[in-house]
Amino acid sequence: MMTRMVMQRIGIGFATLIVVSIIVFIATSILPGDVAQIVLGQSATPETLAALRAQLGLDQPGYIRYFSWLGNMMTGDLGISKAGGATISSLIGGRFGNTMMMAGFVALISIPISIALGLWAAMHPGTWLDRLVTFGTLSLISVPEFFIATVAVLILAVELHWLPSTAYMTGEETFFELMKALAMPLITLVIVVSAQMIRMTRAGILNVMSSPYIEMAILKGVPRGRIILRHAFFNAIGPIINVIALNLAYLVSGVVIVETIFAYPGLAKLMIDGVQTRDLPLVQACAMIFCGTYVILILIADVGSILSNPRLRNPK
Amino acid sequence: MTDQIVNKEAEQEVLAKLDAFAELPDAPPKRKFRLTWIGYVSCAVVAFWLIICVVGPSIAPFHEMDMDGDDSFLPAGPGEYGYFYLGTDYLSRDTLSRVLYGARNTIGISLAATLLAYLMGITLGILAAVKGGWIDMGISRVNDAILALPTIMLGLIVIAALGSSIPILIGTAAVIYATSVFRIARALGQDIMVQDYVEAAATRGEGVWWIIRAEVLPNAAMPLATDFGLRLVFVVLFISSLSFLGLGVQPPAADWGSMVRENLQGLTYGSYAAIWPALAIASFTIAINLIVDDISAKSGGSLAKKMV
Repeated sequence: MMTRMVMQRIGIGFATLIVVSIIVFIATSILPGDVAQIVLGQSATPETLAALRAQLGLDQPGYIRYFSWLGNMMTGDLGISKAGGATISSLIGGRFGNTMMMAGFVALISIPISIALGLWAAMHPGTWLDRLVTFGTLSLISVPEFFIATVAVLILAVELHWLPSTAYMTGEETFFELMKALAMPLITLVIVVSAQMIRMTRAGILNVMSSPYIEMAILKGVPRGRIILRHAFFNAIGPIINVIALNLAYLVSGVVIVETIFAYPGLAKLMIDGVQTRDLPLVQACAMIFCGTYVILILIADVGSILSNPRLRNPK
Repeated sequence: MTDQIVNKEAEQEVLAKLDAFAELPDAPPKRKFRLTWIGYVSCAVVAFWLIICVVGPSIAPFHEMDMDGDDSFLPAGPGEYGYFYLGTDYLSRDTLSRVLYGARNTIGISLAATLLAYLMGITLGILAAVKGGWIDMGISRVNDAILALPTIMLGLIVIAALGSSIPILIGTAAVIYATSVFRIARALGQDIMVQDYVEAAATRGEGVWWIIRAEVLPNAAMPLATDFGLRLVFVVLFISSLSFLGLGVQPPAADWGSMVRENLQGLTYGSYAAIWPALAIASFTIAINLIVDDISAKSGGSLAKKMV
């Protein structure tokens, strides 16, 4: 029962990845003009164009090009960038690591903070501290990421001079220097992601709190803190795992904004530059990496909530 | 004396608990539509920006593209051609005027996109719910695929392929957010389609469109209206994020997202030109969310939430 459901999810996730690749491929192939024209530029004659097209396989029908593109991507050959003609894999290489490092730090910091604050707000509903948390997080999730980043720059870099306002990295700094450069983007992303996670954790716990067995515990006089930590929390773990994976997936859009604003040399910055110069092969490759990560995280959320449900884990 | 106070407190506590029991699940829903004071303030903020959307350009002291000399990032105060209430931006244009002009672009584009998303989402959603079968299957699968992607990625891919212009922005945002509207409209439609009154209408021999118009839509209206507010917030954030990245509304038109981007460097010179448009976005989106929150808090409210 459970294995079947998990396998089904993984199957759906895989199918989604295929559909995503089709969407990305079609969306970036709508426009007239192709790589051959770009490479040859002004010096293109019909003959050289046709020759290069044949060499690159561009004279073949769309579905064949799609499969060869997909095959190349699977084997790590991401194609050639329009700007400068460097291979895309070499452009992406280090930047992918930078983005993953940032995402990892954000997850490490924000998950414990969010669960603690969410639990704590759920334990004291209606108090002014709970209202402060609810109001604060609601405000934070309703503003754009760049608003939080702008205010952070204003306070921490301009007024207090504590941190640099850009995350410039040379690759040779000490750990402390690295942390200082990363601090600003990290703070912004942690705020963005935690606000959502705190709200969802609190809502998840309060949702469990309205089930009959909790009412029973309330009526027999169990203290509130004990009800939440011993009864509600374990039944809310499933939804909370779900929340964490979903929010790490939301990190994708946050990363795009934050890397741009702080000039952080990551994958998203590379992609935005690609969009600005209309470097479609580069955009395709970056989009596939981001969308793939996103789909996999959503998949983990789905599987996690199946695995954490005892009714599915131990079928009758 | 103290006993009396204690008694009174105990009495009030019992009364409060009785009050809580009045909200048992099977109690009839309260029809009263009242907001807290936060809700009313938020309504005022939203109304303010909607009015500015219409009259902004006519009350602005300068045109959005007027430049005053060569001094960028002037602080608030009198300038060569007039008084700058919020100072000037990086091209020494009046920040206040640009915020007023920007309301029309930012809110106007988002509103247009959200309305279009609703038109598409509701039409297709109710069509899928009413017709069912392969039509439902087909639309739902396509919908799921789009929904499985991060919105900003979809936006970036479309803009990389087609370039950025206002119609493309509206169209892209509308298609992306129509997917969530579709899901809600379809679920609501399916819920309503199996109700007795719909069956009765069908038995009476009413046509599909009559059923949709007279039975399904009125019953789906309220939940959809609350969702509209949330969706509008998402669209405002989406559009202004793209503008912030330099891929949305193109300069020199004033737009809150691009204004923040343009004036970001000014922060280091102590200019607040980037803060005002950012605050404008924040006030608009926070206010809408607070209204929606207020409405859903009024309609919800379970026993456990009150007792714990």
